[in-house]
Amino acid sequence: MRLALEGSQALARAVALCRPQVVAAYPITPQTHIVENIAKLVADGRLDCDFVSVESEHSAASVALGAACAGSRAYTASSSQGILLMSEVLYDIAGLRVPMVMTCANRAVSAPLSIWNDHQDAMALRDSGWIQLYCADNQEAIDTTIQAFRLAESLELPVMVCVDGFALTHTLEGLELPSQEAVDAFLPPYRFSRALDSTQPLSIGTLVSPDHFTEARASHHHALLQGLSQIVALDAAWQQITGRACGGLVEVRGEPEAKIGILTLGSVLGTLEDAMETYAEVPRARLIKLRAFRPFPAEALRQACAGLDTLIVFERAFSPGGGGIVATEVKAALYGQAMPRVVSFAAGLGGRDIPLDAYPRLIEAAAEDGGDFRFFDLKPDQLPEGGF
Amino acid sequence: MSAEHTISLADLRAKQPRFQGLTAGHRACLGCGQALAARLVTEAAGPDVAVANATGCLEVFTTPYPESSWRLPWLHSVFGNAGAVAAGMEAAYKKQGKSTKVIAMAGDGGTFDIGFQALSGMLERGHNVLYVCYDNEAYMNTGVQRSGSTPHAATTTTSPAGAARMGKRHMKKDIVTIIAAHRIPYAATASVAYVSDLRRKVRHALEVDGPSFLHIHAPCPLGWGHEGAATIEVARLAVQTGLFPLIELERGELTAVMPIRQPRPVRDYLALQNRFRHLFSQDPRAQVELEHLQALADHNIEVYGLLGENADAQDSEGADTVQRGGVRWA
Repeated sequence: MRLALEGSQALARAVALCRPQVVAAYPITPQTHIVENIAKLVADGRLDCDFVSVESEHSAASVALGAACAGSRAYTASSSQGILLMSEVLYDIAGLRVPMVMTCANRAVSAPLSIWNDHQDAMALRDSGWIQLYCADNQEAIDTTIQAFRLAESLELPVMVCVDGFALTHTLEGLELPSQEAVDAFLPPYRFSRALDSTQPLSIGTLVSPDHFTEARASHHHALLQGLSQIVALDAAWQQITGRACGGLVEVRGEPEAKIGILTLGSVLGTLEDAMETYAEVPRARLIKLRAFRPFPAEALRQACAGLDTLIVFERAFSPGGGGIVATEVKAALYGQAMPRVVSFAAGLGGRDIPLDAYPRLIEAAAEDGGDFRFFDLKPDQLPEGGF
Repeated sequence: MSAEHTISLADLRAKQPRFQGLTAGHRACLGCGQALAARLVTEAAGPDVAVANATGCLEVFTTPYPESSWRLPWLHSVFGNAGAVAAGMEAAYKKQGKSTKVIAMAGDGGTFDIGFQALSGMLERGHNVLYVCYDNEAYMNTGVQRSGSTPHAATTTTSPAGAARMGKRHMKKDIVTIIAAHRIPYAATASVAYVSDLRRKVRHALEVDGPSFLHIHAPCPLGWGHEGAATIEVARLAVQTGLFPLIELERGELTAVMPIRQPRPVRDYLALQNRFRHLFSQDPRAQVELEHLQALADHNIEVYGLLGENADAQDSEGADTVQRGGVRWA
């Protein structure tokens, strides 16, 4: 069904189609509209679910963890400081191999305080052991959310669906909402193999000595790597039902034969696609959409980057004192084969707009000599007097 | 023994717990008050129960992977979220139409301090959860550091007594009053020294529809500095001095107390424990602190009306003591 929906509203509807039994959330901009819409669906009797309005994000993740372990499909959503506050529990959920889905409405992390979009929050949870999928648009956000539940439950791993705050969550557009029948056909009822049941008691979360810890962690790593093929398979299965796919692990758009590539995550992809039409005089680039950041699709990336002379990594986060986070990983993945020149840009930090003319300026800047890691659209006149 | 307190052997046997949620073989220290308390709670609660356990001694000594002493579904997440994890479990069971009761278990650190917010939120939202706090008055799992529950003047590794200090400078947080102020259906204190009283409170708490809270005083021989064999004696003296009053509160109102038949001076309780040894030195400040602690006990006795007027089978000397006519089988 095609509807005009705000991104958050669409996400709430998509979550409801997955029939979660427990949703726990604490409000934070820009996640709020998602959970407000879920609360309303519950209040209106359109979603049979316990909406637990908790007193912190730490508890939101904890309630979802308890519910998922007790045998109910669970969901939560957050952003920014909320993601960081729940981070201790997020590591725990992943380590315990508990399936659940969370929407990260991506937002910058303090300080300085910013409520606007970048990817620093999700990137901070890179090593938590969650699957991370980034959405380029709201249709992908809907479809990825539904896929995420099945992915989580088939692998017994939690999945974070990353959706750009405001750019996607607060944008109204025409979207295809799948039918309940289609989702029910795709997503079987939740069944957790280790559900806490008083007739078959299990201990979950025991103390593990050095004799077993490495094996537990290695198993977790292996499960994430198994996720690589499962992400592709489920995207294909979803396409069978709806005719829509989200690009598996890595999707190449733009000009596939171009020698210059731009790798990015999230909604900026649409901007770059539009910009290539607007600035037709600028050579078209190969656009590489990184959909799965964890597990990291090294092989798919190598294929997507084959034949490139220059690869621009354009990301909405960075590691202070280090450089581009995704860029560093991409370089590592490409190491040992014919390497393109990799130019790393941090862009759109704290909600700084990435306009259409970013595209020609980016192509131009990448051709210049300016170091391996740069800030895109840095305004020298806004730096403290005397520069850095 | 009065007629109303007689019971047949058959009835007595029938009332003995036949289910052990926490079995023997775990790695608790000799005389551990928490291990005893957890066994009593799970015995009284029965088998249709699931446990959310905060990080702490209980979690560590019962579950050295691949072993576990639990015969109940048991989930440990992190230190500060037992209340929230229990809330999620309860929400799930309710949605599934299951009768399983959820019990959150945490120490004083996980309750008074790091898990306090999650606990408060769980109570405010009215989850049907029994939250049990095993109070040994410091962070024992990490090596006896002071917590919000550590009594005034007790020495711990982070509130040591020395030339400039007489142990912990601050008061023990009055957690049960704070919990009761949430107007939950049932909040109570209990002690490992009064077993049938503890069991009765567990059963009552589980019958309540809504959140309930049980605060159990559980000595730690290692942290308190007493013999393992003295755990029950120490716990009983905490009650009999008035330092740890056994009370019950419903919707925030005091509804019952265990009367103290013959109040004991706090010195009797303190002198058994190395954590208060500095209070028995020649230092003039020691006398001041002793008087202070006695005043705290006297205050409890007064505000809770703990002084029994007549011998009572259920007072601090009768309860659980068969020779004194206590109601052992309650």
